[in-house]
Amino acid sequence: MSTPTSIRESRVSRTAAMALMFLLAIYFLLPIYFLIVAATKPQGDLASTFGLWFSHFDLFTNLGTLFGRSNGIFGQWAINSVIYAVLGAAVGTLISALCGYALAKFRFRGREFLFSVILGGVLVPTTALALPLFLLFSATGIVNTYLAVFLPSIVSPFGVYLARIFTAAAVPEEIIESARLDGAGEFRTFFSVAFKLMTPSLVTIFLFQFVGIWNNFFLPMVMLQKESLFPITLGLYEWNGQTARVSLLQESVITGSLVSIVPVIIVFILLQRFWRTGLASGSLK
Amino acid sequence: MTDIATRATRVVAASGSRRRPNGGGPRVGTIVAFLVPFFLPFVLFYLVPICYAIWQSFLVVRRTGGQYGTSYTTFGGFEQYVQVFQNTEFWASIGRIALFGIVQVPVMLFVALIMALLLDTPLLKLKSFFRISAFMPYAVPGVIAAIMWSFLYSPQLSPVVDMLKAIGLQPDFLGPGAVLWSAANVSTWLWTGYNMLIMFSALQSIPQELYEAAKLDGASNWAIAWQIKVPIIAPSIILTTVFSIIGTLQLYAEPAVLRQISSNISSTFTPNMLAYAVASGNNYQQAAAISVVIALITFVLSFGFMRLTSKKAGL
Repeated sequence: MSTPTSIRESRVSRTAAMALMFLLAIYFLLPIYFLIVAATKPQGDLASTFGLWFSHFDLFTNLGTLFGRSNGIFGQWAINSVIYAVLGAAVGTLISALCGYALAKFRFRGREFLFSVILGGVLVPTTALALPLFLLFSATGIVNTYLAVFLPSIVSPFGVYLARIFTAAAVPEEIIESARLDGAGEFRTFFSVAFKLMTPSLVTIFLFQFVGIWNNFFLPMVMLQKESLFPITLGLYEWNGQTARVSLLQESVITGSLVSIVPVIIVFILLQRFWRTGLASGSLK
Repeated sequence: MTDIATRATRVVAASGSRRRPNGGGPRVGTIVAFLVPFFLPFVLFYLVPICYAIWQSFLVVRRTGGQYGTSYTTFGGFEQYVQVFQNTEFWASIGRIALFGIVQVPVMLFVALIMALLLDTPLLKLKSFFRISAFMPYAVPGVIAAIMWSFLYSPQLSPVVDMLKAIGLQPDFLGPGAVLWSAANVSTWLWTGYNMLIMFSALQSIPQELYEAAKLDGASNWAIAWQIKVPIIAPSIILTTVFSIIGTLQLYAEPAVLRQISSNISSTFTPNMLAYAVASGNNYQQAAAISVVIALITFVLSFGFMRLTSKKAGL
């Protein structure tokens, strides 16, 4: 680290850089910190005490109220979000991996054409798909069911793009060839040999898709009317719209928001290195 | 198109000579079996809705014999599109989103670039803390982020408003002039860290030798950053710009949440909100035309931007 330039670097620019980064860190962390503080307060203290410091520690009471509200509907929403995001991302990752593997390792006519169609799919604004999908789904009767949110969520063109790049980099031709010479079928080669080599990249694809589905709001809002099918995002949105009439709901919106982001943030921090691989390959052209 | 075709034939020819010494390799059926699990839902839930929306946008609903006649759907040509372009609410929403994008996207990407460049220098300590804190908002759904910020904007609850009042300011984050920028702030908060990490990853993959020489010549970190690093990571900056343009045109959740606490956001604030409002009024053909127009604008802008920049940068 002690190159000639870095020694010459003045103390002023070091301090300025640190100060700027600290300011930005405060900006990024402030809303989350506010949420943590607010989630520990009784409803009455929200407006009357300073928002950035604790008053009564009522977090557990708030959690009890949150999960007890409307026969435990919040717990149902949390389970729904997990179902949509975990199952959707798992299925999505598997089909992306199969497709990306085929595009990377098999040679066939029209391969590049298929890949450019998928790349075009990355640029399609998904919210533009939600309304026509709603009409198509209402014609087939799956509107207002789990499938209405689940089925469109499994498709991730970006996942196929990543899978193709990762496969090309992680699975050598020789290994596939030798598996073939041993008489293994293509699917066996994929699941017993390639799958293991691709595992770190598959985790990355899974994470990206998981967050995409977990954060999705427009699609469930268009598709679902039944409260018991809502994911957390849609449920909290509905509650937030009612706080003007039912002001006691405010504390539950705050506590619910905290509950919904904490697990994802923890997973993020634990699985940091997978993000970086994903983002690095996303930026390759 | 011809380019793809020639490349495809070359690939097929090459595979014949190089990859099948035993005459084996995957059969067509096997290849299809690998592709179908993705392409079937891709066609059903991506391509079919697109075609359906385009088809719908060319239909109109008419009534026979006045208000009480039966309605029927018929081909209307570009009638829906004419209506979209004559709709003042449509243009107002486009104007808002354009203003939003012209200010928010450059500000966000500039901050992201500065952070990425600083994290790539030896100037900083606590690098992983800074990196994680900036990336954390990406884990927060847009709706939740907007709810969190709406508490910080709210005159009753916000500690930020309290503090600004203490130093004599009268902030109104939800006022008619400010609310667009309050929504822009939520997007900036959400996406700066994500874009920063894309740029940072690109910076990390530059081999050190590339600027060792410049360092020995006495170039400052500043000069190295702007004259060597930024041009090299230009593709990443272009990519983040394109993704940001797409995101801006799709804007829905953040203004929809702010609408719950501010009367200064109409139900047609962004093009997407307009499309949803029109669809809620059962005018699906008009909503389809709006969606198609938004998608077309997205394509034109993102491809246009990529063409423009790649020509300029000679990439």
